[in-house]
Amino acid sequence: MLSFVAQRVLKGVIVLLAIVVLNFFLIRLAPGDPAIVMAGEAGASDQVFVKQLREKFGLDKPLPEQLFIYVKGVVSLDLGFSFRQQAPVAKLIGERLPATLLLTLTAFAISLTLGILFGTFAARFAGTFLDTAITVFALIFYAMPIFWVALMGILLFSVTMDWLPSFGYETVGANLTGLAHAFDVAKHLIMPAMTLGLFFMATYTRMTRASMLEVKRLDFVKTARAKGLSDAVIQRRHVLRNALLPVVTLAGVHSGTLIGGAVITETVFAWPGIGRLMYDALLQRDYNLLLGVFVICSAMVLTFNLITDLVYRLVDPRIEYAA
Amino acid sequence: MLKSPSGVIGLVILLVAISVAVFGPMLFPNSPWRMVQRPFLPPFTLGAVPLGTDALGRDIFAGMIFGARVSLLVGLVSTLAALIVGVPIGAMAGYFGGKVDDALMRFTEFFQTIPSFALAIVLVAILQPSIYSIVASIAVVSWPPVARLVRGEVLSLRTREYVQAAVVTGQSNSWIILREILPNALSPVIVLASLMVATAILLESSLSFLGLGDPNLISWGYMVGAGRTVIRQAWWITVFPGIAILISVLGLNLIGEGLNDALNPRLSREGR
Repeated sequence: MLSFVAQRVLKGVIVLLAIVVLNFFLIRLAPGDPAIVMAGEAGASDQVFVKQLREKFGLDKPLPEQLFIYVKGVVSLDLGFSFRQQAPVAKLIGERLPATLLLTLTAFAISLTLGILFGTFAARFAGTFLDTAITVFALIFYAMPIFWVALMGILLFSVTMDWLPSFGYETVGANLTGLAHAFDVAKHLIMPAMTLGLFFMATYTRMTRASMLEVKRLDFVKTARAKGLSDAVIQRRHVLRNALLPVVTLAGVHSGTLIGGAVITETVFAWPGIGRLMYDALLQRDYNLLLGVFVICSAMVLTFNLITDLVYRLVDPRIEYAA
Repeated sequence: MLKSPSGVIGLVILLVAISVAVFGPMLFPNSPWRMVQRPFLPPFTLGAVPLGTDALGRDIFAGMIFGARVSLLVGLVSTLAALIVGVPIGAMAGYFGGKVDDALMRFTEFFQTIPSFALAIVLVAILQPSIYSIVASIAVVSWPPVARLVRGEVLSLRTREYVQAAVVTGQSNSWIILREILPNALSPVIVLASLMVATAILLESSLSFLGLGDPNLISWGYMVGAGRTVIRQAWWITVFPGIAILISVLGLNLIGEGLNDALNPRLSREGR
């Protein structure tokens, strides 16, 4: 198990380095001479200043050396400087990261729980009205663009019914503390998390249903039935446990989409996370910040993939005995 | 395909969407950018502008018709581009195996690991928003599943007798791949492609929503994005284009499922 973890971590680090290198070339592709752009953003564009900037950021050096400097910087968590926001990129991201983690993890938990629940129901009552209803709903949610779900949520729950706040992380100026504050944040979290979770819930529902029906037909289920186990035990211990494997794989594959969805959700709900930061960087064409967020997003996805790999090994009953 | 009801529904939706995209702008020559009525005209009040107008008095219905063209075109072309990249990579990896396979699959995995929507945003932002950069970025983020699927198919087809026979008769590698193997690997690729068009439409609309659309073309995502700030006064600006996206994506997903049941009876799920 330990060597497996080490191997996966090493692989993740290599991929991350490759992404950093890709990032370096993407920055070079961005329009305009970086030094002149930076000088412009800093509000001064005389020759001396541009030359100083070039030297400071190593832009006068040959390309391979620049690449080396850049990679070294990223490794020590220096993601460059955002002139628009007048702050280091790493600091800006660090401030926003907790909000994004809160949003994505809540959405992930919602989607996985509800998805497995609905999928199990649909499979259990396959062919009945309940199954059809769940399947149709899953198909519709699967086809809805996240930004539109978000706006429809606002229209329904904020504008029409006035139940939930339509934007932000907490009530501005309320200065709540302790439990009241947590409750306030939770109230702001419901809609973004549900919006982001619905699409994935639809996927997990479909996957769980298909996979449960598939496993149900296998011989070991017949054996369990022949042994005289109750239906509930067979469903839970034999069918569900095996049927969840492809769902776990899917969760890993979808972590990138989850981050992408967070960019949209945070933008619509003005949720102060790195997705919103990416949108701001986009509007201001702040390429250093944009690519910094991109690297961090990639790192998050890699971490998430690593975790799902480990979980897969934990839940796969076949591996348990082999180890 | 025609036996499954969902496949038929999907096909009907797609045919309607295609005819709207092709003939709509001819029958409805109002430019979607032109001011035709007072701003914020609610829907169903005037027959000439059935779905009302947006904040600048532009016809929502006209926008939706012209937007169909952009959505479908981007969906189809970017999927085609992704196939052009993914199929050869997967075919080579599966056919040659060994080091070639290793190298190509590591490359594919790398692209699969990068968060796709974030990469698409970065690419369009850096290449400057245009229909070309949008198609290119969607293709860049969506080819890896194609390569993996084709690789798997080729891997299993490679050992079949008829392929071995072609090897024995001294056919070239490219001839064997193109004539013997790929035609037999086609059906799962078609299924995947129909689902990819749906994903591409969603991606395009999300990019346009964030303001990364082609500034010269109206698209459904752009319309929703433009209506976002005035959602409290005018719900119809965001609601209708969103429904258009939902229905087209739903149609394509249904077609994908129908095709899957028709082309891969082994894999089709029971209980339906």
